Amino acid sequence: MAASLPSSRSKVVTTLLVAPAGLFFLFLLILPLIVVIIYSFGARAEAGGYAPAFTFDNYANLPARGQAFINTLTLAPLGTLLTVLFAYPLAYFLAVKANERLRTLLLVLVIVPFWTSQLLRYYAWIMILGSKGIPSWLAWIGMTDVRIINTPWAVLIGAVYGFLPLMVLPIYVSLEKLDKRLLEASADLGADAPRTFWQVTLPLSLPGVATGSMLVFILLMGEYILPQLLGGGKVFFIGNALVDLFLQSRNWPFGAAVSTALVAIMFVTIAVYMRFVLSRGDTRRAALV
Amino acid sequence: MSDNKIITPQKFLDELRRFQKGSVTRRHFLGVTGLGLATAVLGTAMPGLRPRKAYAALSGTVNLTTWPNYHNQENLDAFTKKTGVTINMNVFGSNEEMLAKLQAGSTGWDVFVPTNYTITTYKGLDLIEPLDLKLLPNYDPATQDQRFTSEGAVDGTVYAVPKDWGTTGFVINTKNVTQKPASWKEFWDLTKGPLTGRVMVHDYQLTTIGNALKYFGYSFNSNDEKQLGEAEKLMLEAKPHLFAINSDYQPSMRNGDAWMSVCWTGDGVQLKRDLPEMEYVIGKEGGEIWTDYFAIPKGAPNKEAAYALIDWLLTPEINAKEVQAHGYPSTDARTNKLVPKEMLENPILYPAADLLTNLEFGAAATLTNPLRAEIMARFKSA
Repeated sequence: MAASLPSSRSKVVTTLLVAPAGLFFLFLLILPLIVVIIYSFGARAEAGGYAPAFTFDNYANLPARGQAFINTLTLAPLGTLLTVLFAYPLAYFLAVKANERLRTLLLVLVIVPFWTSQLLRYYAWIMILGSKGIPSWLAWIGMTDVRIINTPWAVLIGAVYGFLPLMVLPIYVSLEKLDKRLLEASADLGADAPRTFWQVTLPLSLPGVATGSMLVFILLMGEYILPQLLGGGKVFFIGNALVDLFLQSRNWPFGAAVSTALVAIMFVTIAVYMRFVLSRGDTRRAALV
Repeated sequence: MSDNKIITPQKFLDELRRFQKGSVTRRHFLGVTGLGLATAVLGTAMPGLRPRKAYAALSGTVNLTTWPNYHNQENLDAFTKKTGVTINMNVFGSNEEMLAKLQAGSTGWDVFVPTNYTITTYKGLDLIEPLDLKLLPNYDPATQDQRFTSEGAVDGTVYAVPKDWGTTGFVINTKNVTQKPASWKEFWDLTKGPLTGRVMVHDYQLTTIGNALKYFGYSFNSNDEKQLGEAEKLMLEAKPHLFAINSDYQPSMRNGDAWMSVCWTGDGVQLKRDLPEMEYVIGKEGGEIWTDYFAIPKGAPNKEAAYALIDWLLTPEINAKEVQAHGYPSTDARTNKLVPKEMLENPILYPAADLLTNLEFGAAATLTNPLRAEIMARFKSA
């Protein structure tokens, strides 16, 4: 009797603590998702919008946006990979090589761009990548007529620039927590620096890489403004297709089907990726970083 | 209290302080001090003060949904100063987007600026208020150019009053484009040829598909499947040669990335004003002519202020300043009298009559045709 009272009270406390997040997810994630799924089986109303129906036409029509899926599914992973390649050396330098004071300064510098709206920073990149920007410097050293803006390359540059901090910070955290004695042990046992890196440092920092990659990949998959601004409307992501479907052609059911397909693809990709990462050694514990 | 007792000087000052500190609204202050009544009485007694009587009832915010670079900020500030109503401006990229937002509901808009071909659709979906012209004393149907105003009325009821009109042609930077294109045929052929990578088209199905149809000499408004198929083929051929698909073409034209773009009158005027090498061309096969209107959506939260704002912007002296800022010709003869002569003689604003004869007003069915929307989407995602 005496024992059951605290336990029932703790249940109440737990319920109260979980309730805000639970209600938030229920009303702002689960229910809207159900609405989207219901809409995806409907038909386009005469003047646009949604008309109740039960049809698989919208799913059968998905290949009409095939190129958008292909663009997104190649550029999002490629952008994530490039961001890792740029972020890892920086995070490594911050966590392992830099001294205390320099580290604080550099960490602040990594975060500073977040103080300005991403939209404004992409507008600045339109100028930098436009013909009066980098291409004009390249022309000066003899590489004439290089076009960057409104190509997939501009979108990739924008992705690396925009998402670098999101990648650097998790990798930095996992490298910083790395037990330096392991590196000494590795050296004692005769491994040279590259071997220590590949066999000790890198595997132990993989949780950080996984977390950062997930963040960047998920954001890139749903990206709209980046391809719109730096791709000039020519590099077309699923996000752009969705905006057009809901705001231009007002074909909500087809838009709902494309959204559902996107969510499904992300779900499967992330599940496979996490399973792959978690299966690599004892990273399960550290993946909670 | 204020009905039967005159306010004491001390109480008046207290109320004034409260009003200044913002603890009470202007309406409360005018009511409790009797100043509102006094103004109203003075207003009826002195005709010169009469307009202010109407404005005294206004308060809050008016939400204006419009297009980019489309108003004179001075006029908007003057409205706020005169009425105490703050203007919250909201800029859109396409009529479809406006329609989508209104269809989704609860926009909170008070005034918006639809183009001629959307008005019957808004009326059909019951999204738009019939206008009480008595509340727009500065709007005079008799001085309007009838060519541009008929589409504001549906079945004899006025739903929208005209703001300005314009054409859709293309702009070229003559420093880089020396071929002197004069037709849509030349526009698309140059795009696929010597101007590869330097041309922009609107991110807007109505104009992009319409002007591709003009290449073959078809109607800008064609909804014929076979003709639309030909237009799509042309657009897909041109796609790899385009610099961008974007309705915000001024920045790229200005910095030299793009040399030719589909263009609306006012953007042509604004570009030419700053860069004399820019030329605006109306395709000789024709293309689009249009009118933008002011309208009030159903459920507008501040309808009084909406009428006041529309009336203010249609006042000839104010409207003339609008025209000078945005560069689109007014439909109102009284306004045109007040616009500087060099603007009236500007061929971009007022093209020669023979160029206008081939132009077509966009049709409602052109905007809402699902096939056109799908062609545009295929073009963009290709």
